[in-house]
Amino acid sequence: MVLASDPAPELSVPAPLSATRTLLSARLRTVREMPLLAVAIISILCVLAVFANVIAPHDPTLPVENIEPAFFAPPMWSEGGSSTAILGTDFQGRDVFSRLVHGSRVSIIVGLVGTLVAAALGTAMGVLSGYLGRWVDTVIMRITDAWLALPALIFAIFLATLVGPSMWNIVIILGAVFWTRYARVIRGEVLSLREREYVKLAEVAGASKVRVMIRHILPNVMNTTIVLASLTIGVVIIAEASLSFLGVGVPPPAPAWGSMLAEARPTLLTGRWWLTVFPGLAIMLVVLATQIMGDWLRVKLDPQLRNL
Amino acid sequence: MRQFILRRFLYSIITLLIISITIFSLVRIAGGDPARLYSEPGAREEDLARLRAQWGLDRSYPEQYFSFMANIFKGDIGQSFQFNRPVRDLYFQRFTASLQLAGGALIFAMAVGIPLGILSAVKLNTWWDSLGKTIALLGLAIPNFWLALVLLIVFGLYLDVLPVAGKGGFSNLILPCIALGWYFAASFMRLTRSSMLDVLGSEYIKLARLKGMPEYVVIGKHAFKNALIPVVTWAGIYLVLLLNTAVVIEVIFAWPGIGSLLFSGIFQRDFPLVQGAVIMIGVLIVLANFVVDIAYAYIDPRIRLTR
Repeated sequence: MVLASDPAPELSVPAPLSATRTLLSARLRTVREMPLLAVAIISILCVLAVFANVIAPHDPTLPVENIEPAFFAPPMWSEGGSSTAILGTDFQGRDVFSRLVHGSRVSIIVGLVGTLVAAALGTAMGVLSGYLGRWVDTVIMRITDAWLALPALIFAIFLATLVGPSMWNIVIILGAVFWTRYARVIRGEVLSLREREYVKLAEVAGASKVRVMIRHILPNVMNTTIVLASLTIGVVIIAEASLSFLGVGVPPPAPAWGSMLAEARPTLLTGRWWLTVFPGLAIMLVVLATQIMGDWLRVKLDPQLRNL
Repeated sequence: MRQFILRRFLYSIITLLIISITIFSLVRIAGGDPARLYSEPGAREEDLARLRAQWGLDRSYPEQYFSFMANIFKGDIGQSFQFNRPVRDLYFQRFTASLQLAGGALIFAMAVGIPLGILSAVKLNTWWDSLGKTIALLGLAIPNFWLALVLLIVFGLYLDVLPVAGKGGFSNLILPCIALGWYFAASFMRLTRSSMLDVLGSEYIKLARLKGMPEYVVIGKHAFKNALIPVVTWAGIYLVLLLNTAVVIEVIFAWPGIGSLLFSGIFQRDFPLVQGAVIMIGVLIVLANFVVDIAYAYIDPRIRLTR
């Protein structure tokens, strides 16, 4: 997007560059190396989510007015479709496109915040466990093992039936389910960082344990956290969609992609394919894009994780 | 070896203990009043009070936990109020159906994933490899429930060649197995590929090639066998996962397995059923992990020393 129009500054000047200039060109090169398709999909999704009110032609929770037929209008390019509802309407006569656009908000918020909660909790636990060792390590790692043993979806379903459906509950549930993956990996990393000389030096110089963990350990595990987060964001989005599909996710009037699929299911075999195909395509594209971004980041940021 | 088994066994017990503590305390923290959770919605207040006294909910938490654990050890993981039967019986009643589905999905996943993994490792950086990588990516990105719905539309509605729901003959198994096994096919592909690459880089493969063996013997006889060891051990874990986590697929295809049981628990707000099923699943998975760990250590003695 931005990249195509940018000139290539680093090619033109072979003479010594100023420090800011090299930094800038290095940044630009990074941008240019990004997987274009994935960046494009993610950017479009973000724009849709932020400007959902402006972009969506209709209210996602109310039926479209002045349209024939009133329910189940097909997409505009197929027979009987109209340009009022480009991707057709659902069983209540609501515009599928508007619901998709608003649904992107749910997916983005749950995906991002859920991942953030999991990453923050998991990284903190991993650092504590790896650096403090002894009983802290034992306790945290036993809990991590036990929680990892329960399949994520089953654990999430259990929690969701306990606390009841709401978007923020889902965010917290997914954070609680997925933090263990971070804790495991980060702990392993901290175990080796702990033995490094600069950490030993900081300890000898009298830095407190908290300071060592925050100033010396944490910055060095951030890359791993970022890579893991970018790789799990897709899993979190699919988990949310699955929960919504089962009816324990984001509650009905809100247009989540998973609930759209659930609503399409009763009329699946009557030929209203657009109700099923579009929300699923949306989920697939987003997860694909985050996955490609994650793979790219992994190679970029952490050569050790290349074979993960 | 005996020491290793003992240690693993102890870990498994601890893991199960922590799972039980987690479930017990989460119910108390998030659910507030278990009597309300365990009874049908709209139950009368005096009935709830009677239940609390009957289940000893007026006792202290440690006491409650011990009776909860004692029940589990006796094999009593709760009574579903929806079916008015022990959850354990309901679980095992659904077990065969789930096993069929899981077995079918596992066969599909292995049949697709293993050959693709081998091809993409042997023909590294060719279009076979790209195909394999694309499938691995799509395996993660396509949600299984959406795949199920699309398969239903294509094969059940437009082509009208396969049954769309229920349990019956072999043809009823095809669509759910593909939908369920899809994600695992991609996993098998990645596992096989990396395991194969590992083996192909080793000394004895180089030696076999230097001896002038034809390539198909090197790959088929020497590399394939060893590369398959981790893949097969993982298959055990995957089978248990497939057996227990097929909720969405079973719901879509109206398959009468453990997943649909769990779903009816969610749908009817039958909390004891959900909790009991989660406990059963936890136990089975910890057990499977234990068995696979032992099998792994048996095959590869280095593991016994490192863990």
